[in-house]
Amino acid sequence: MIEIFGIPSQALFGQLLIGLINGSFYALLSLGLAVIFGMLNIINFSHGAQYMMGAFAAYLILQYSGLGYWPALIIAPIIVGITGIVVERVFLQWLYKLDHLYGLLLTFGLALIFEGVARNYFGSAGLPYTVPESLQGGRNLGFMFLPNYRAWVIVASLAICIGTWFIIERTRLGAYLRAATENPTLVRAFGINVPRMITLTYGFGVALAAFAGVMAAPIYNVSPQMGSELIIVVFAVVVIGGMGSILGAIITGFGLGVVEGLTKVFFPEASNTVIFVIMAIVLLVRPAGLFGRRA
Amino acid sequence: MERVVDPLTRKPSTLRTYSEAIGFAVLVGLLVIAPFVTYPLFLMQAMCFALFACAFNLLIGYVGLLSFGHALYFGWASYLSAYAAKAWGFSPELAILTGTATGAVCGLVAGSLAIRRQGIYFAMITLALAQMMYFFALQAKFTGGEDGIQGVPRGRLFGLIDLHNDMAMYALVLVVFLGGFLFIYRIIHSPFGDVLKAIRENETRAISLGYKTDRYKLVAFVLSSTLAGLAGATKAIVLQLASLTDVNWPMSGEVVLMTLVGGLGTIFGPVVGAFVILVMQFKLAPIGEWVLVIQGAIFVACVLLFRRGIIGEIANKLRIRL
Amino acid sequence: MRKALGLAAFAAVLACGGANAQQVNVKIGVLSDMSSLYADIGGPGSVAAAKLAIADFTKDHPNVKVEMISGDHQNKPDIGSQIANQWYDVDKVDMIIDVPNSGVALAVSQIANQKNKIFIVSGAAASTLTGEKCNANTVHWTYDTWMLANGTGKAMVKTGGDTWFFLTADYAFGHALETDTAAVVEKNGGKVLGKVRHPLNTNDFSSFLLQAQSSKAKVIGLANAGGDTINSIKQAAEFGIVKGGQSLAGLLVFASDVAALGLPTAQGLVLTETWYWDANDANRAWTKRWHEAGAAAGKFPTMIHAGVYAGITHYLKARLAMGPGEHDGKSVVAKMKSIPTDDPLFGKGEVRADGRVIHPAYLFEVKKPSESKYPGDFYKTRATIPANEAFRPLNEGKCPLVSG
Repeated sequence: MIEIFGIPSQALFGQLLIGLINGSFYALLSLGLAVIFGMLNIINFSHGAQYMMGAFAAYLILQYSGLGYWPALIIAPIIVGITGIVVERVFLQWLYKLDHLYGLLLTFGLALIFEGVARNYFGSAGLPYTVPESLQGGRNLGFMFLPNYRAWVIVASLAICIGTWFIIERTRLGAYLRAATENPTLVRAFGINVPRMITLTYGFGVALAAFAGVMAAPIYNVSPQMGSELIIVVFAVVVIGGMGSILGAIITGFGLGVVEGLTKVFFPEASNTVIFVIMAIVLLVRPAGLFGRRA
Repeated sequence: MERVVDPLTRKPSTLRTYSEAIGFAVLVGLLVIAPFVTYPLFLMQAMCFALFACAFNLLIGYVGLLSFGHALYFGWASYLSAYAAKAWGFSPELAILTGTATGAVCGLVAGSLAIRRQGIYFAMITLALAQMMYFFALQAKFTGGEDGIQGVPRGRLFGLIDLHNDMAMYALVLVVFLGGFLFIYRIIHSPFGDVLKAIRENETRAISLGYKTDRYKLVAFVLSSTLAGLAGATKAIVLQLASLTDVNWPMSGEVVLMTLVGGLGTIFGPVVGAFVILVMQFKLAPIGEWVLVIQGAIFVACVLLFRRGIIGEIANKLRIRL
Repeated sequence: MRKALGLAAFAAVLACGGANAQQVNVKIGVLSDMSSLYADIGGPGSVAAAKLAIADFTKDHPNVKVEMISGDHQNKPDIGSQIANQWYDVDKVDMIIDVPNSGVALAVSQIANQKNKIFIVSGAAASTLTGEKCNANTVHWTYDTWMLANGTGKAMVKTGGDTWFFLTADYAFGHALETDTAAVVEKNGGKVLGKVRHPLNTNDFSSFLLQAQSSKAKVIGLANAGGDTINSIKQAAEFGIVKGGQSLAGLLVFASDVAALGLPTAQGLVLTETWYWDANDANRAWTKRWHEAGAAAGKFPTMIHAGVYAGITHYLKARLAMGPGEHDGKSVVAKMKSIPTDDPLFGKGEVRADGRVIHPAYLFEVKKPSESKYPGDFYKTRATIPANEAFRPLNEGKCPLVSG
């Protein structure tokens, strides 16, 4: 068996694959953030809480209607997306003329509210949610045992990421959206309902977070603090990738997942700091991020 | 015939000219009487946090830089102060100085890295650095990890005054707080402070006038981190412990909340904000489950409706400077 | 002469018992985490347990008047320490109880010692509270890290789980749990094949679980707590670790964690606790009254809640025995150590010289979903560990109160 740096190559490939899977998770989460910041210039600190709401929605849908994972994948993001639209109409729209930082502070406050309410009604330990029957089990790939659910995670994330990128970068709707961010007044003059587009975009970004939440429910603990634990890492991913860049968020998400996975093998105690170290380095060298457009 | 008073030459009211001095007198008066009315330990902790918030406000209110990782300086100063007092047997004033120096050094290193960027990127770098130092604190032996450094001796000030007496300790904390507060006041109302405000308003113009803005920003950053360190170091001696809570990012968030509630860019705002938030934390203990929700609601309300904060609104209504 | 008079007075007080003897007034503070991570294992449930304990005791002893207040330390040593100071100094609280979170517990223990009041820990796990950091004002109920390590470790090795791999949270608590358990495993003839340390609050354990799987150890010891444990177990199920023949040993697991996991995921998990709501009729009846006292419906009491009830009961017993008037913390705690403990929840035990309360512990295994008949029916008992074996021997703790 070939050994690379003291780790058998089999184990290494296994860890790389796991890193890719985690990376797909990061990519999915940071996609929503990148869309919201890139299109709307809002720093959505409540993204983690909305991810948590997606997971909770999946649980509640199961509890109250008996609908399982597959319907929840569609319904939960829609429900949470609608709450996102409400948030935008009631709170965020008044802040566009102000400094970015007020948007950050407001969404930070909202995140606290969501987490606090969830904790009061559901407790802090967590809620049970299992992998759907059709995805249970796995197959032995020789160098590792790959659970079917994890394979599904990669496939679904890739699909959503590529789909979103395509919509924003290659379709007319996306073009309107990008134009509206650069010059809202001019785009409005063309007769396009810019405020509505902004509202729907925010809702879409939130729905993406909720979708990631439903994907996470079977494998990660569904607890009120699941979002706040993840949000800082996701921010780091978006900042490294470039705050306005969709492609940057996707590639960085996958890339950082792999880097983190490798760190877990060679230097496990540092695996949660490595992302921040990279972020600090990138920000110093390329302030706009790896793929960013504006500094 | 009526005498018409020309508004341009009309003397401003006494209130307007001396508003800050009056405010300061009120503050000192309240703080001197307070320990006889309220529990001194609570007041001491509130003053430490008030100083922390003032230090933070120096950056955001007067230079326009939002540091999202200010807990780094507060917490690490607290650790070093506690360790110096406990393991090295320093007397309290030396321990506090050690902690303050830690705040300064950390601020110098972090600042020189973060200053290179502006706005949200600046905030993100400060957050990243704070997180890294949090994880380091979690694992380092001397910080005691989850347990923290406990049983820090209060010691004898200058070898003479026993600080176990709450009143003696209170006097020390009051002096430290007022000293720090006046120092910040002096910074703001000085030529240096004017340049900082110019940078906040329009950095490009300041550069075009020949000011090396990066240097000014770095100095302001280090001053802010040093004072935050002073607050943390003092708190470690007051409460006789230093823990992970002090370096974690919710603490960074709390100081933002305190300053926001009190009033960004006002001198007295952070003090009032710190007291309000701390009172809330203790008085809400019976309905503890709602603490997080209420803090979040205050954030939202402040950003949407009370952007000027308590002191800011008062100052605005009375048209004075506070 | 004086002694006889004193004895007579004492006897008179006891003899009067119920109706018109002198009043004994105490004030108790329940300091817990009401709003964050430990709100389920302690929190409002501890307040409910305290109310029950006070109600039960004062029913039998109407001359005892007990006032109770509660507070939220939010898992922050600063706030916990501030509240403890204020309660002891200003609010005239005699005894503080509960405090999940070892950091806060250590701080409060110091404060109780400084002010010569009383502190009964039910929620925190640090075994240093009755070890190096012990003092004459602190009593540690319910559990500690040594008991957890010993209970699960020894029992697993004895039933065939003799090769171990550790998944450890990389901070002092995780290290302590791992070291203690490894020592027990090796003392009983087992072998530790390896370990991996993960950062606190890790979300994804797949790469660590992969390493555990390839070690082929019979037992994977989870030296972590809370969300980390839940995630490790949930993902272990995904990777088919238990199906592949390895066992999971949770070194710090509460019934609320099992509820969060759900039985399909948690089945087969082995853990040690000192109290289980469904173990016997007495516990079940108590649980019903616990719900009536204000605990949230649908939740089940944990051993920490039981510890709050038992701790208050024993404290009041000791306090009553000392008669009315002021009594400082050290003497009341000394009294608590001189009376053996006997309460409906933990049975018979004692408070040792180092402040450690000894009572039996139980090795539980989580039932399969098919074996569970109703909500909350989580455990089957695999072994009972007698009180004198369950906790660290007195002379091994390095407690300054225990000389020699």
